[in-house]
Amino acid sequence: MSESFLLRYVHEPDQGELDAYLSRGGYEGLRRALAMAPEQVTDEVEKSGLRGRGGAGFGTGRKWKFLPRDPAVTKYLVVNADEGEPGTFKDRTLLECDPHRLIEGIVIAGYAIGAHQAFIYLRREFHRARGLLERAIAQAYAKGYLGADIQGSGYRLDVVVATGAGAYIAGEETALLESLEGRRAMPRLKPPFYPAVKGLYMQPTALNNVETLCHVAWILARGQEWYRQQGAPILFSVSGHVQRPGVYELPLGTTIRKVLEAAGGMRPGRAFKACFPGGSSAAILPEAYLDTPMDYDLTKLDVYGSMLGSAALIVMDDSTCMVEVVARTVEFYRDESCGKCTPCREGTVWITQVFDRILHGQGRTEDLDLLNGIAKGMTGTCFCPLGESVPPAIYSTLRFFRHEYEHHIRTASCDVRAAAHA
Amino acid sequence: MPDLSDAAKTEIRRLMAQFPHRQSALLGALFVAQEEAGVLFPEIVAQVAEVMRLPESEVTSVASFYHLFRFKPEGRHLIQVCTNVSCLLNGCDRALERLKHRLGIEVGETTPDGRFTLRTAECLAACEIAPMMMIGPDRHGPVQPEQIDEILGKYV
Repeated sequence: MSESFLLRYVHEPDQGELDAYLSRGGYEGLRRALAMAPEQVTDEVEKSGLRGRGGAGFGTGRKWKFLPRDPAVTKYLVVNADEGEPGTFKDRTLLECDPHRLIEGIVIAGYAIGAHQAFIYLRREFHRARGLLERAIAQAYAKGYLGADIQGSGYRLDVVVATGAGAYIAGEETALLESLEGRRAMPRLKPPFYPAVKGLYMQPTALNNVETLCHVAWILARGQEWYRQQGAPILFSVSGHVQRPGVYELPLGTTIRKVLEAAGGMRPGRAFKACFPGGSSAAILPEAYLDTPMDYDLTKLDVYGSMLGSAALIVMDDSTCMVEVVARTVEFYRDESCGKCTPCREGTVWITQVFDRILHGQGRTEDLDLLNGIAKGMTGTCFCPLGESVPPAIYSTLRFFRHEYEHHIRTASCDVRAAAHA
Repeated sequence: MPDLSDAAKTEIRRLMAQFPHRQSALLGALFVAQEEAGVLFPEIVAQVAEVMRLPESEVTSVASFYHLFRFKPEGRHLIQVCTNVSCLLNGCDRALERLKHRLGIEVGETTPDGRFTLRTAECLAACEIAPMMMIGPDRHGPVQPEQIDEILGKYV
């Protein structure tokens, strides 16, 4: 049976203090890591089965192994703390409740890959997290958990916090690197610019998410065997029409229904209608998929491009107009498109124009085919995942909630809203 | 318009020294300049470029990419109302309408007394308190329309 650990200290007000963190077993993982060879640390993380929690779910240990071992090559560790996927708030929660856990994970990861400089790319709007993190970093430097000769090991690592300036696209790893280099956050071509090969300043770079590195600290503290017994826990951000929105720690593979139950279920008098299982970049799934396991591997979740993504479950009840939700979602991608590639820059504008007229009672019967056609034109053609995030919500709602679009077009009104407010 | 102070220039140089390549400090430097000057006037951007030894065109280009830089005067307090999905589902429209009504301005505008600027924002990663908004660095939520007056009253 799994125990909650990532969120164990979320309600301890002093968890951000080094002394309190140490008294609760903090930096044990680092101590253990520094007694091992860097390759052993990487092996430990790989054996744990940990997959990146930023959304792509790539094996963390495997990712680190892509970096060259040669100590003469300058390598960097970059932490993606630019949480911005709609519906996701677990990294912000970790940053605010357990900042030393992240620092510990950073030092372990830096040691494993042989980096001496780490950068945390923090979302600018995270004012509270920035204050807590900078304070925790100063404490870690003062007590030899950062800087030269960490805990007498001879290993050196410096950490600098850099912030974004408001751009969802900066969460894409190569766009993040561009932004961290002080440029417009526009994604780089892959290949050749895989971060592990040509990353920050064209040097090999490991890019990891906040939650991922917190897992790393726990894996090293307790060992990969213990970690595996916990059933690969993951933080779900649950929001929308649920009774208790919040962050929940549950094993990977928990069904949508169980995650929903953990958040208190639906509100009184309301029924489940649909959800985004993995942030707004995932397809929208109706009730028939409630027993689908939320996992990276299981193809069941891959319905019209749905996915676990950042594990942000956005729940919608029977009062929700699906046309309005998708319209708002596409507007978001339109506003956040960097403009580098045509399918995303133009496609998001065209799609919002079609939604605008449908929602303003000027929809045409052929608009549904048009939406489908534009979405097809964006599928597999966009430069980066931002544009590719648009079609899933279109495809899935055209399939599962087509009657709502048709009703809007036929009657210039919303029967869902009318019923909800009746 | 005043020049950037020596203190601001010193802070920008401190940021530059944190990175192997000085341009990495650009976003941070622009925030230093914006916090002091209030607005990234072309002359201020030019001074950032000069301190950082970067082309002015590059600094302008970068600054224009990001949502949080300002090129015209705004109010003392920036109100950012999240209108993304989780907040939409929880009634952000009602809170936004109330704000517009109380402040007498539309989204993107500033109150005549220079107190507030109202903007909508994309997901601010606090969906557990949807519908939410930020005023300056503070998060507020769940925001009920009837609480708007009380919340605004905290900002002078």
